[in-house]
Amino acid sequence: MADIIQVKNVSKSYWRDSIETSVLHDISLDIKEGEFMALMGPSGSGKTTLLNLISGIDKPTRGEIIINGTDISRLNESSLAKWRSNNIGFVFQFYNLIPVLTAFENVELPILLTKLSKAERKQHVETALNIVGLNDRMDHYPKQLSGGQEQRVAIARAIVTDPVILVADEPTGDLDRNSAGEILILMERLNQEFNKTILMVTHDPHAASKAHVIRHLEKGDLIQETV
Amino acid sequence: MKILKLIFKNSFRHKLRTTLTIFGISIAVIAFGLLRTVVTAWYSSVKAASANRLIVRQSVSFIFPLPYSYREKIAQVPGVKEVTFANWFGGTYIDKNNFFARLAVDADTYFEVYNEFVLPKDQLDTFKKERNSCVIGADIAKKYHLKLGDVMTLDGDIYPGRWEFVVRGIYQPKFKSTDAMQMLFHWSYLDETMKQEMPGRAGDVGWFVVLINDPAQSASISNQIDGIFNNSTAETKTETEAAFQQGFIQSSSAIITSMNFISFVIIGIIMLVLGNTMIMSARERTREYAVLKTLGFSGKHLAGIILGESLLISFLGGGIGLLLTFPIVSGFSQFIPKGIFPVFEIEPITIIFSCGSAILIGIVAALFPIQRALTTKIVDGIRFSG
Repeated sequence: MADIIQVKNVSKSYWRDSIETSVLHDISLDIKEGEFMALMGPSGSGKTTLLNLISGIDKPTRGEIIINGTDISRLNESSLAKWRSNNIGFVFQFYNLIPVLTAFENVELPILLTKLSKAERKQHVETALNIVGLNDRMDHYPKQLSGGQEQRVAIARAIVTDPVILVADEPTGDLDRNSAGEILILMERLNQEFNKTILMVTHDPHAASKAHVIRHLEKGDLIQETV
Repeated sequence: MKILKLIFKNSFRHKLRTTLTIFGISIAVIAFGLLRTVVTAWYSSVKAASANRLIVRQSVSFIFPLPYSYREKIAQVPGVKEVTFANWFGGTYIDKNNFFARLAVDADTYFEVYNEFVLPKDQLDTFKKERNSCVIGADIAKKYHLKLGDVMTLDGDIYPGRWEFVVRGIYQPKFKSTDAMQMLFHWSYLDETMKQEMPGRAGDVGWFVVLINDPAQSASISNQIDGIFNNSTAETKTETEAAFQQGFIQSSSAIITSMNFISFVIIGIIMLVLGNTMIMSARERTREYAVLKTLGFSGKHLAGIILGESLLISFLGGGIGLLLTFPIVSGFSQFIPKGIFPVFEIEPITIIFSCGSAILIGIVAALFPIQRALTTKIVDGIRFSG
């Protein structure tokens, strides 16, 4: 399998009141297409920062990030927005659904910007909700759903555009054990059945155990590879 | 679902806050409309003025009279078609609060010069024949339930005594802006009484009204008329009817300017109110905007969503306010004594101003939230917990 994600000598620093805080140091990382990788490490180790850089919502201070042949560190904001909508599906720890929209409408959000017709959009949304097992909750608002169901809606929203890569930041961090288990099974299924490349940040060794590859970050450095 | 639905749902996420904001905008638009209507009503007499009428008055002040003898000299000025005149009578009809203009006029010529006062020929003929008759506007007849043949008794103040007039004519206004709250009677009747009781005031005329053939000649005719009476005991000031009316309004200019100023201050205040609502909404949704950005929404999309929400609220408030302004102005006009404003209704310019203000408020209120949404980085927005 070819490398779909190539992180080359990437460093990231933040500046606050003219003080530089270095978060990632000269990171290099390759992820193959269809791979399920877990990023682990203590708080402040730079896991989420690396995830943000790979998903194109933040830019590296130095180095290159090449995703599916595109050097995203060179894209401007509007190109990056378009690139994200076509290539990346996001799953957040706190679901981040829009509370005034139903499950159907939340999942429909990313494809509102496409040229799909209403009927095509409906088909896409129903397919995505079907995959996560929530086709009977389409008209429910987030507050009418359990945490696990909300996260499944968030996953449906992430896959509705059929992106090649899914990034998940602590997707089970806010869930009880059972719900977390369901989400992990769903993510495995997305990886195995739908060949999604998944990069997941987690503190939970059980969640990480579902991945093919586990990488550890500590104080901004990648320290070991577990397969 | 369309973006418009998202805008609508966002707008009513905090129903109470949005409702109160819409209510506030409505109240402001009503206040704005009402104040603007008062201001435009104030100027309605100027708009109603005829371009081919000049007013000749005493140069020192309008309150000083002119000799009747000036009439012939004015009539001889080239370009003058007709000359009539009037005296302000004042007085009280039944109650001091019953305000309307009572004028002693030249019965033979007044209705020729003021052809917007439409009077049936038989009524005009009867009026001309009877010295103690009067003609009243249709609004006076309606308000005081007067009909032809009724007697109107005035208690004089400028011209003391008890004056009785028989209503022989009721004129209809030709235009909406024509004042239908005037009472007109024979100047000759007044003058004859003055000759007997106060000879020193006989032969006085309040002002002359000059009908000219060509409005373009008004300046030169005015100069010629004033030139005739230069260095006389009663020098004249001749001006167009519009300028004459404007002169009246100037005496209230401070009030009008204040009203104008207040009406725009109201718009400014409501801009801040909506701006505050939008800033609060945008701040609460910082994380959602960041999420939308991760989903591929560009800055342009976010700006459209925020602007749409702001415009929706301002349009709803402005629309409700404008709709309510009509019955409120109509109700308000019932409490204004007839005769103060010939026309008291919402002018098209007020509607345009109200609509324009609603758009402006919507745009200005959205500017800061848009700027904030666009400049907040996605990573900062997602971490936001405000």
